[in-house]
Amino acid sequence: MEISERRAAITGIGQSEVGRRLGRDPLELTLDACLAAIEDAGLTRDDIDGLSTYPGAMAGQPGFTGAGVMEVHDALRLELEWWNGGMETSGQLGSVINACMAVACGFAKHVLCFRSVWEATAQGKGGRGPIGGGAGAAGGKFRASGPMIEFTLPFRAYSAANWVAMFAQRHFHEFGTTREQLAQIALNARKNAALNPNAIYRDPMSMDDYFAARMISTPFCLFDCDVPVDGATAFIVSRAETAADLRRPPIRVEAVGSALRGRPSWDQFDDLTTMALRDASAMLWERSDLSPSDVDVAELYDGFSFITLAWIEALGFCKRGEGGAFIEGGQRIALEGELPLNTHGGQLSAGRLHGYGFLHEACVQLWGEAGARQVSGSPQVALAAAGGGPLAGCLLLTAD
Amino acid sequence: MSEKPFRVLPRVTPQNQHFWCGGAEGKLQFLRCGPCGSYVHPPAPVCGKCLSKDLTPTAVSGRATVATFTLNHQPWVPAADHPYVVAIVEIEEQPDVRLMTNIVGCPPEAVHIGMAVAVEFEEHEDVWIPVFAPVDA
Ligand SMILES: [Zn+2]
Repeated sequence: MEISERRAAITGIGQSEVGRRLGRDPLELTLDACLAAIEDAGLTRDDIDGLSTYPGAMAGQPGFTGAGVMEVHDALRLELEWWNGGMETSGQLGSVINACMAVACGFAKHVLCFRSVWEATAQGKGGRGPIGGGAGAAGGKFRASGPMIEFTLPFRAYSAANWVAMFAQRHFHEFGTTREQLAQIALNARKNAALNPNAIYRDPMSMDDYFAARMISTPFCLFDCDVPVDGATAFIVSRAETAADLRRPPIRVEAVGSALRGRPSWDQFDDLTTMALRDASAMLWERSDLSPSDVDVAELYDGFSFITLAWIEALGFCKRGEGGAFIEGGQRIALEGELPLNTHGGQLSAGRLHGYGFLHEACVQLWGEAGARQVSGSPQVALAAAGGGPLAGCLLLTAD
Repeated sequence: MSEKPFRVLPRVTPQNQHFWCGGAEGKLQFLRCGPCGSYVHPPAPVCGKCLSKDLTPTAVSGRATVATFTLNHQPWVPAADHPYVVAIVEIEEQPDVRLMTNIVGCPPEAVHIGMAVAVEFEEHEDVWIPVFAPVDA
């Protein structure tokens, strides 16, 4: 089997200003990240012949997306051979996996990938609202339809917090996982965020702080839920043989995982202790001779703390059901531990850049540019994974 | 049942009408496949097991088991009954047919995985929302 994604490499990264309620034009934030990534790769906009994003332009959920493919295409007056945007793909990083395919197939040489959000500004001081529920709550004629919401919103399950919480509860039930164990995902993120000048929440958090936080949806308290921000992240995915001419040593794509073998659903998935990430993880290891013990740093989605635990198990860093014991005490996943995890602070403390933040941090670590939070011993292998529920995508990356 | 909470209602279509409106006759209904007998949910034009199109809305017993649940504390929309219980239940006839739903008729703290529950309907406009209450032991 040819592992075609090895024809792809990440050659540049960029990130805009990231913050709470910046009140800035989301397209401008997006372009800031895109232009930074182009420059970082040592390219110009004339070199960009592909564009890919998640989820692209969409109405109805303000803040969830800052720009679509067409807006970026037009603003930068690009000449494209290939472009792609949408939500129906293997999670947020599905857009990057698609870009790997495009360069592997020869459709494009340098694909600019971007994801931007402005949820903090959109939500204002009221905080996070119900998915699609605002119109209904306001007495409008909104009716839920479609696979994600028809069988969730009518049951007052207004948020992914509810949906993911039920997976956590089932995991607790089957395997004896505890809130004290799960807390380590949040505590570890906060400890790492303290070393990241761009993180949102950098003040120390103790176990007592965690248990004192208000409940959102049992077993999740506030600190199990990520923090909405404004900001954008971008990558350049290049055809590997072009990389030698570029500014940086390329980051190699060793393998990707995009599989969804179970039912694409929050409630009908065959195992309520795991998610589509089980399948994406399995596919990734089927495509590489490396193994979990080769991974030097792991950046695993934490839209909710439990999703990280589920990725840890799915990726084989421990056995199914043993995630709670694996993270207990936090030593294993600490910066100096055997599996440094979410080294930038994750979405829980660094901010909800929605998937792209993990891949960004994986690249920063492999390039050895993480400053105070740099994993020691120059990491050579990184895992970046994003998505929960039916959405999941992951990339195994190696330093050149 | 006590006061009805606000709900975002589903859009009723010819395809899902048997599910959302079956409560008018006190029935919890799913499409059932003629050839293989399996229940299909959410509604689809073909049976997911055998691909037959011979599907008929069929009432089930309404008995189910709590597979998992959460106590929702966050006021996503205003409500007087926080925390309320969101659950996923497995229907008695075919446990891999699950419903996200609410557990009513008991204190939220009493809900547990494995709990036996039975359907009740909450009427809102043109739909009957299936919620579940504990079956007395
Ligand atoms: Zn059938």
